[in-house]
Amino acid sequence: MRQNSVPDPEKINRVVEKKVLNQITKKITIYAPDIAAKAHPGQFVIFKIRSDSERIPLTLSSWDKEKGTISHVFQEVGYSTIEMGSLHLDDKVMHVAGPLGNPSEIKKFGTAVVVCGGLGTAVAYPVAKALKEAGNKVITIMGARNIELFILEDEMKAVSDEVYYTSDDGTKGQKGFVSDVMKALLEKDTKIDIVFAIGPPIMMMVIADITRPYNIKTIANLNPIMVDGMGMCGACRVSIDGKTQFACVDGPEFDAHKVNFKELMQRLKSYCTEEKNLALSIQKRGEDNCRCHGN
Amino acid sequence: MSRQLNQTATNNRITAIEVPKQEPYARTKNFKEVVLGYTEEQAIAEASRCLNCANPKCVEGCPVGVPIPTFIKLIKQNDYTGAIKKIKERNSLPAICGRVCPQEEQCQRNCILGKRGDAVSIGRLERFLADLERERGIDIPKVPASNGKKVAVVGAGPAGLTVAADLAKLGYPVTIFEALHKGGGVLVYGIPEFRLPKYIVQAEIDYIKKLGVELRPDALIGRLFTIDELLAHGYQAVFIGTGAGLPKFLDVPGENLNRIYSANEFLIRVNLMKAFNFPQSKTPIHVGKRVAVIGGGNVALDSARCALRLGAENVTIFYRRTRNEMPAREEEISNAEEEGIYFKYLSTPIKFIGDEEGNVKSMVTISMRLSNADDSGKHRVAPIEGSEVKMDIDTVIVAIGRTPNPIIQGTTPGLKTIKGGIIASDQTFKTSIDGVYVGGDIATGEATVISAMGTGKTAAKAIHEYLSNSKNSVKIRF
Repeated sequence: MRQNSVPDPEKINRVVEKKVLNQITKKITIYAPDIAAKAHPGQFVIFKIRSDSERIPLTLSSWDKEKGTISHVFQEVGYSTIEMGSLHLDDKVMHVAGPLGNPSEIKKFGTAVVVCGGLGTAVAYPVAKALKEAGNKVITIMGARNIELFILEDEMKAVSDEVYYTSDDGTKGQKGFVSDVMKALLEKDTKIDIVFAIGPPIMMMVIADITRPYNIKTIANLNPIMVDGMGMCGACRVSIDGKTQFACVDGPEFDAHKVNFKELMQRLKSYCTEEKNLALSIQKRGEDNCRCHGN
Repeated sequence: MSRQLNQTATNNRITAIEVPKQEPYARTKNFKEVVLGYTEEQAIAEASRCLNCANPKCVEGCPVGVPIPTFIKLIKQNDYTGAIKKIKERNSLPAICGRVCPQEEQCQRNCILGKRGDAVSIGRLERFLADLERERGIDIPKVPASNGKKVAVVGAGPAGLTVAADLAKLGYPVTIFEALHKGGGVLVYGIPEFRLPKYIVQAEIDYIKKLGVELRPDALIGRLFTIDELLAHGYQAVFIGTGAGLPKFLDVPGENLNRIYSANEFLIRVNLMKAFNFPQSKTPIHVGKRVAVIGGGNVALDSARCALRLGAENVTIFYRRTRNEMPAREEEISNAEEEGIYFKYLSTPIKFIGDEEGNVKSMVTISMRLSNADDSGKHRVAPIEGSEVKMDIDTVIVAIGRTPNPIIQGTTPGLKTIKGGIIASDQTFKTSIDGVYVGGDIATGEATVISAMGTGKTAAKAIHEYLSNSKNSVKIRF
């Protein structure tokens, strides 16, 4: 709760910056001073862009307490993220609620490896930054499909002691996956005290499988479907060591060795059909050249 | 109807005037309100049945103490404005209570007429007055000048709205912090449109705003601001009414398969996010052909009736006890039966089975044996070995109760809790922290809208007494 600066209510939730990071990734910055004041690494916010929009959870990728802004990096993969991408400078997001979820546990562990894939890099950045500030040696492993899709490279470099790159097609860094580097580090007997795996569930699952035999504490930041994001709906339930927990209030970070990733991946597909239908309806709307969808 | 008016004319007091409803088949095809409400003529006829007892037992049954015979008498005198004012002296949300209060277990249960026939339909009369007032334009009472003592209310559900209204009428500047994007709590995310239209909830919230109450949505207390921060920054008292929001699950194998919903998720998608309007509303929902609803409360019935309206062919409620033990309102059980909801009593799922895509495809249930009621009046149940049955289903809604949301308890040092995370409080609903009060489900465990309002009234009175001796708060904005 800030006492000194009184924010202009007219400015609250307005888009103050919008950046295209690459062909599929955008960054949006919103004026939300109360949230910025309270944000911690690992937390997320819920956006509801218009009155008929879904509530969508997006993890905070950065924030500026002085300017009172929060930033999110996202890919336009479904209706809601396309809607997000269509926001212009100075547009107002109808509802922004947060910060939500438990902050990452940040302390001096020693050597921390941050493994991130694709969009996960945006979520991993504040974690890596906080780990560095807490006095850890930070080793970052970043992966993407090709050189075009790497994001926040400079930012990550600035907070890491070592950075490794992998790309599926070999256009940047080592050809292959982040897990290959993880495995190599472990085989070289690199001293590692903790691993943060942040990215697609399949990547987090593979990393967990690699670190398990070495008994290295591994944290995954989970991204299940959510509605309220405050513990009410149970849509985000995940099995941790066989016990059901809610990612929104018990997480979103969990011990990766205990997460049932297969169940998570299966649950993420819950609304595939509906999502496709909705995407089709946008295409149709495009053909009709009508933005109001008959309303 | 004319038959009943004649009955009244012949002074047959023991039969209540029936309330018009949408026809059962027609109403399963829409989300419009099922009960249509009394006409003026019907209301007067029903009001005329009241004996106007000198020692009215009905008032004792009302958690907020509405002067029932007084307002009914005013209806008989065609003084509807006077009648609604009388109700609003004690209850700021009459259009809601007239619809969703379990009157049959409260005021109407005590009605003398109920001993020989039907109790006076107090709830329907309350609703008649509230609807009439809304149509004519709601009269906003004069609120005293601000006394400068700011109060924060956490949660805009029935308890929080009651506290806010009561304190605003006493001159307190009140801010309600609501975590969701809309105020109303369970009234908007839980209770479906066909039982409580959302424009009615909105009208009641608008009324409370007109009393000077500020409603701040998207503010999850415990995360955005803590209770300590609210107290440190100018709020002299805090009321916590965050409800019983966390869904319980059965804890049986296969429960995390797709298309198995908690009732909360199902109802939030339908009611709050308007998934019945997909794709105009962008929140999807999946309802298959054969829907199993687990549980026996109002929430189970609401979920089942929503599923039916969303196009399910067969909706069955599985309850582990019998119809007699169902905690749901009798009126809603019969509404659901009329609509063609099936009921399978003494049965509970023990396992869910999925297809190759992870969607639920069948369920194994087991029959239960009911024992005699124990001292607390509760019937124990035990599974009957070897009674397992497997059946095909494609959607499951688990409605077996909710537990308190843990966020405030976890972020407020010194706030004592009791079993299950309920916030501990004394009989005035004061918590272990000075100036912090609590009410509704977070203080009592899962209960009804009206009992939440009753706790809110008690807490508001206690907050008023507590603040009557304190100095004005410093002016602060956030």
